[in-house]
Amino acid sequence: MNSNGAVRKDRPPVIDVRDLHKTYRVGAEDVAALDGVTLHVASGEFLAVMGASGSGKSTFMNIIGCLDQPTSGTYLLEGDDVSRLSRDQLASVRSGKLGFVFQGFNLLTRSSAIENVELPLTYAGVRAEDRHARAQRALEAVGLGNRVNHKPSELSGGQQQRVAIARALVNDPSLILADEPTGNLDSHSTQEIMEIFHGLNEERHITIVLVTHEADVAAWSQRIVTFRDGQVLDDRPAAQRASTGTRA
Amino acid sequence: MNTAGLLRVAFQSLVRNAFRSLLTMLGIIIGVGAVITSMAIGSGAQAAVQAQLARLGSNLIVVVPGSSITGGVQLGAGARQSLKLGDATAIQADVPGVAYVAPISSTNAQAVAGGNNWATSVTGTTPSWVSVESWNPAQGRFFTDAEVKSGAKVAVLGATVQQNLFPSGGAVGSSVIIKSVPFTVIGVLEAKGQSGFGRDQDDQIIVPISALQLRLNGQNWLGAIFVSAQSPDAVASVVSSTEALLRLRHALTPRAPDDFSVRNIAVVQQAASATADVQSRLLAGIAAVSLIVGGIGIMNIMLVSVTERTREIGIRMAVGARERDILMQFLVEAVALSCAGGIIGVMVGIGAALGTAAGAGWPINITPTSIVISFVFAALVGVAFGFYPAQRASQLNPIEALRHE
Repeated sequence: MNSNGAVRKDRPPVIDVRDLHKTYRVGAEDVAALDGVTLHVASGEFLAVMGASGSGKSTFMNIIGCLDQPTSGTYLLEGDDVSRLSRDQLASVRSGKLGFVFQGFNLLTRSSAIENVELPLTYAGVRAEDRHARAQRALEAVGLGNRVNHKPSELSGGQQQRVAIARALVNDPSLILADEPTGNLDSHSTQEIMEIFHGLNEERHITIVLVTHEADVAAWSQRIVTFRDGQVLDDRPAAQRASTGTRA
Repeated sequence: MNTAGLLRVAFQSLVRNAFRSLLTMLGIIIGVGAVITSMAIGSGAQAAVQAQLARLGSNLIVVVPGSSITGGVQLGAGARQSLKLGDATAIQADVPGVAYVAPISSTNAQAVAGGNNWATSVTGTTPSWVSVESWNPAQGRFFTDAEVKSGAKVAVLGATVQQNLFPSGGAVGSSVIIKSVPFTVIGVLEAKGQSGFGRDQDDQIIVPISALQLRLNGQNWLGAIFVSAQSPDAVASVVSSTEALLRLRHALTPRAPDDFSVRNIAVVQQAASATADVQSRLLAGIAAVSLIVGGIGIMNIMLVSVTERTREIGIRMAVGARERDILMQFLVEAVALSCAGGIIGVMVGIGAALGTAAGAGWPINITPTSIVISFVFAALVGVAFGFYPAQRASQLNPIEALRHE
């Protein structure tokens, strides 16, 4: 591990997957999307996942994000086995422990920024007044405190992604999963977004798993895991980023 | 998500697509409107028919002379002279369940009063007639049993006769000459209007039966005997007892046919109300079909909506919505559509019913039952036809839903 203060070795690993397999049936053939993945991610780690398309990293993210279930193997999320839960139980896990940031932002286009950020809290059964205050705080944390009533169409791409990060953040998740969050953004917005992720990891000790194609983006992380053919090909600490100067 | 939240989300979604929502609701609006309008008109018509039949006299049974056969030619009912005053008295005395009996004999005559004259029908009867027909004098009085006994030359005029003979009023106390016999007018009947069969019931003069038989007709046969039963339930037994009594009194052998016939207004009443009943059921059936078609419209648009919003569903699932949350969201939206359609339909229906009443002059009766039933039915249509699309939405795979373009 890097010399980073965010990692908490005293807690159970946030992600503890053992011998994870996922096979899809395509016609008469079984295709292995994941072929025996074993990986631990400690609390407070910032992990980048890389790999060509078809390498199994999306399937891995879906299972880690409790959107999908493995064919075999176990997945312990903060020590709890979530690999054999029902759809509704998975929904509760997503509601309580996970936050998602997608490449395409995936905001509700007709709802304001704050309504989007409140959404996870509505499904978690938080009372309306608390929802509003917490969503406001989350938007302020990503620097959009003055844009709460804007619709996504009235915001730039970078701002929309910041709303999405606020939404991922609002339920105090143990783990934020970001699937190519900067894929649709220019380099300036990319920098902004990565700074936010970095800050969340550094200051709030939120564990982040981020999928990316870009080496620059991966360089913001502490550890880079590369997938190929449904297996972990490479798992190594990220190169030091001289440019930020905050982590050395 | 709580109920208020669900309602808000559903409402927002409907308002966003206001025009589409309105078109979707149209089926329900027309269905509910049709139920309310048709039931208002049907129930108004039924009430009008019932009121008209009630005016004919309650629990009324009419005994008329039978047909007569002369040399193989069979004449119609009433052609025969078979009923006498004694028959009426006997029915009153011997048939159980009888309330009033009024013998009727009538003739047509030209009535003259002052410079006016009027061709009308003159009916002779007894004071029981007032009770049998539920028909009272509006001015003056009816004649008494004593006047019947003495054959007094007194007359009670129908409203039409009074208007024609005494256009400027003052009928009571004046004299009317019928077939050269002067009668004193002692009363004028309430105006009753046309009978259910189009006859002007007010175009008649009522006199004591004795006066009619002695002074106008010169014979003792009755045209009819009106019998009123004590209750609708007693009608059947009164009919059969009357038949038995008259056969006995007319000394008919067991094989001889009746020389009279007994008719019952209640039968007409039942037939009329059965007709109205069938009509309302038919209208309700058409309305139900329209509501179901409206429901299919809702299902169709909800399926479109689920497809359009697949990505939204995926997002909601990713941030923690359970199957039930998604199901309820779409179900509430469908029910909101159908209920909004129901409310608009109720207003349209009431408006159309009032419009019909004002425009066509038909009697209407907007019943709260029809409003409640049609609205509840509309809401149920929303649940029934909204369930399948909502169920489909809730069963979506979040990964595929998120990938949906």
